[in-house]
Amino acid sequence: MNRFKDSEHLLRVVGVFLVGVTLFLCLRAWFVPKSFGEFGHYRGDSLAEIAALPIIHAGHETCETCHTDVLEVKKAGKHANVNCEACHGPQAKHADDPGSVKPLLPDTSVLCARCHEASSAKPKWFPAVITAEHSMGMPCNTCHTSHSPKIQGDKK
Amino acid sequence: MNMSRRFFITLTGAAGIAWEHVLAGTPEISPNYKITDHWWAMLIDVDKCIGCGNCVRACAAENNVPEGFFRTWIERYQDDEHIQDPLVDSPNGGMNGFLPRAAGTGLTGNGVKEFFVPKLCNHCADSPCTQVCPVGATFTTPDGVVLIDEKYCLGCRYCVQACPYGCRYIHPEKNVAQKCTLCYHRITKGLTTACCEACPTGSRQLADLKNPNDPIHEFMKKHSVQVLKPQMATGAKVYYANLDGSVR
Amino acid sequence: MHLNFIYPNESELQWSILIVLYPFLTGLVAGAFILASLERVFQVAAVKPTYRLALLTALAFLLVAPLPLQLHLGHPERSLEMYLTPHRSSAMAMFGFVYLWYLMVVLLLEIWLDYRRDIVLLSRSSTGFLRVIYKIMTLGSDNISERSLHLDERVGWIITVIGIPSAFLLHGYVGFIFGSIKANPWWNSPLMPVVFIFSAMVSGIAAVMLLYMLLTKLRGFKIDIACVDTIAKYLFYIFIIDFSLEMLDLIHRIYEADESFRSLDFMVHTSLWIPHVIIQILLGTLVPIGILGATQVLPLAEHMRKKLYVIAGSLTMIGIFAMRWNVVIGGQLFSKSLLGYTTYTLHLGSREGLGTAIFLTILPLGILYVLVKLLPPWQHESLSLN
Repeated sequence: MNRFKDSEHLLRVVGVFLVGVTLFLCLRAWFVPKSFGEFGHYRGDSLAEIAALPIIHAGHETCETCHTDVLEVKKAGKHANVNCEACHGPQAKHADDPGSVKPLLPDTSVLCARCHEASSAKPKWFPAVITAEHSMGMPCNTCHTSHSPKIQGDKK
Repeated sequence: MNMSRRFFITLTGAAGIAWEHVLAGTPEISPNYKITDHWWAMLIDVDKCIGCGNCVRACAAENNVPEGFFRTWIERYQDDEHIQDPLVDSPNGGMNGFLPRAAGTGLTGNGVKEFFVPKLCNHCADSPCTQVCPVGATFTTPDGVVLIDEKYCLGCRYCVQACPYGCRYIHPEKNVAQKCTLCYHRITKGLTTACCEACPTGSRQLADLKNPNDPIHEFMKKHSVQVLKPQMATGAKVYYANLDGSVR
Repeated sequence: MHLNFIYPNESELQWSILIVLYPFLTGLVAGAFILASLERVFQVAAVKPTYRLALLTALAFLLVAPLPLQLHLGHPERSLEMYLTPHRSSAMAMFGFVYLWYLMVVLLLEIWLDYRRDIVLLSRSSTGFLRVIYKIMTLGSDNISERSLHLDERVGWIITVIGIPSAFLLHGYVGFIFGSIKANPWWNSPLMPVVFIFSAMVSGIAAVMLLYMLLTKLRGFKIDIACVDTIAKYLFYIFIIDFSLEMLDLIHRIYEADESFRSLDFMVHTSLWIPHVIIQILLGTLVPIGILGATQVLPLAEHMRKKLYVIAGSLTMIGIFAMRWNVVIGGQLFSKSLLGYTTYTLHLGSREGLGTAIFLTILPLGILYVLVKLLPPWQHESLSLN
């Protein structure tokens, strides 16, 4: 030991460092989540957690399993590709429990204008009117049917 | 239009299975979903966007987005020959649609055009946001979606700084970064995203680049597409058709 | 620019004054250390009176440097993740390791080796609680034989040599955190780390110079003018390099005038005009460089020089703080759409407010006070005076 007599204090420093590094490695083994690194540098479990978030919009396929009558009407008209929840809002709760959760019927005097109010920024092909002049506040379904908006007898 | 119909037909089978799963109360990644079989993207046709705000509202409802922040939003552009100087606005992210511009505030003169541009996370393949995350709280999934692990995020906000598109925000109560998940909880069950579901004109289309039957391949063949800020080289996977050069 | 447009999520500013403080504090650490190494490695004997003070200053500021970061996190309790699962591609993740390396391997070890003889002597002479502290600091070894001290000197020298690139790394990497963000044109520059290193040296040297003059005055001793002259000379040279680099960056931006230029130029002429042009460049850089230059060429009296050094040093500190402010806050005042601007509101009492910032600026001085009491840096001086 005599050889290290004058460098002993330095060896003590090395010892302190080694203890520190060991502590760090233990901490690391203890605290890093088990699924970390499963797919990459992140917690693998988080994928399933995010995938498990609740669904709010049921999706039109779900709606159509019951509302086949509406589907038939819609398919024949201009709104064929407009999905149910685009107008009716999110309905997963209703799909889950159709008996007790009843959706509110939207007010067409407000609803239709969201899309069909004329604006210079809208594409030219899109049918739009200035509602104040066109219907003067009347609900659109006074004349149009929402699911197939063409007016009866209209040639167009 | 035609495209979206065909698209839905391909999904119906899987979606049916998934919905049963949801009803049964086991809403995880559905058993028929293989994570390595997909590479998700989105296609946006600017010419079809009518600025109705349906996507913004649907996204907010589906994902519980805090008020004043946006995972998707719509911008209204107006520009003329000076495409460096577009006039842009996005009142409340376009959530409630767009009122006509106040008189005298728009551009006049020749060549003025106006259009809407929906925005969302670009789910970049070489995403600068995941690159800078110090702890691995945000990452690209094997199916090409950039996600955030809210249980792991420190809230250091470096990713918010690194996103060139302004897609990230800090949740005011949870104090973690949030952004579009491409409705990962839906697409892994065969459903489309909430914004695509609610889009009345089919301006937005969820696309799976690994699916050979996805209509996006046919569309890309026939149309010019662009990504936002291509100079950033982020490998953005939200493709825009009919995008004007003034959009940034 | 007809209309102010920012992306909807940009209404909130992400990084506050605390993140301004962070590069400012680490800059002082790096600068103070480099001043200390002037004496040790480059044999500049004149600055010897500040050697130990510079090391203690670096330590005091280094201990506080991570606090502003910690306080601004949304989830401070998760900060350990930086050590446990550091993301290798993230510049920020490396902070923990660079910091630990610098604190443990460089600074603490160098101070310990340099002070070991004093610590052992103090552990023998002191009583009570202090004695316990000194005993712990000796790590249980009271060997202060000629040979062991000689060994300390050798090891200390090696650590200083390692320490210089480490100090560059510590602060250069802080610059890299900003410079590598391609989404932000105000930050995105390969010059950023270099500018950060040189501005760090400027601020650290100025801080130690001011602290030395202040503390010597307070203790009623005579300021070693040769020492202060030498420090001022180095400050002057490094300041000129720093200023040239910053101007190179500016001129390059103006000449290149890329897509972001009009937006940034507008910002510099409006919201950043006072903090950037007036405070940082004019008051905080050109004036102190002018004063320091004057002391180099004019035959000024000693008391005059001292006064000028104090003025120049103080302006330098303000200028470097303004530089950090303009980088961090300035980089967030414009929209990434390059079509609009936001503002930053500095609150007084909030967690990330002015009050916290002032506290975190004073705290290192408090720590320095304790350190100076515990490990008097004037040991040799007072011994020789006795």
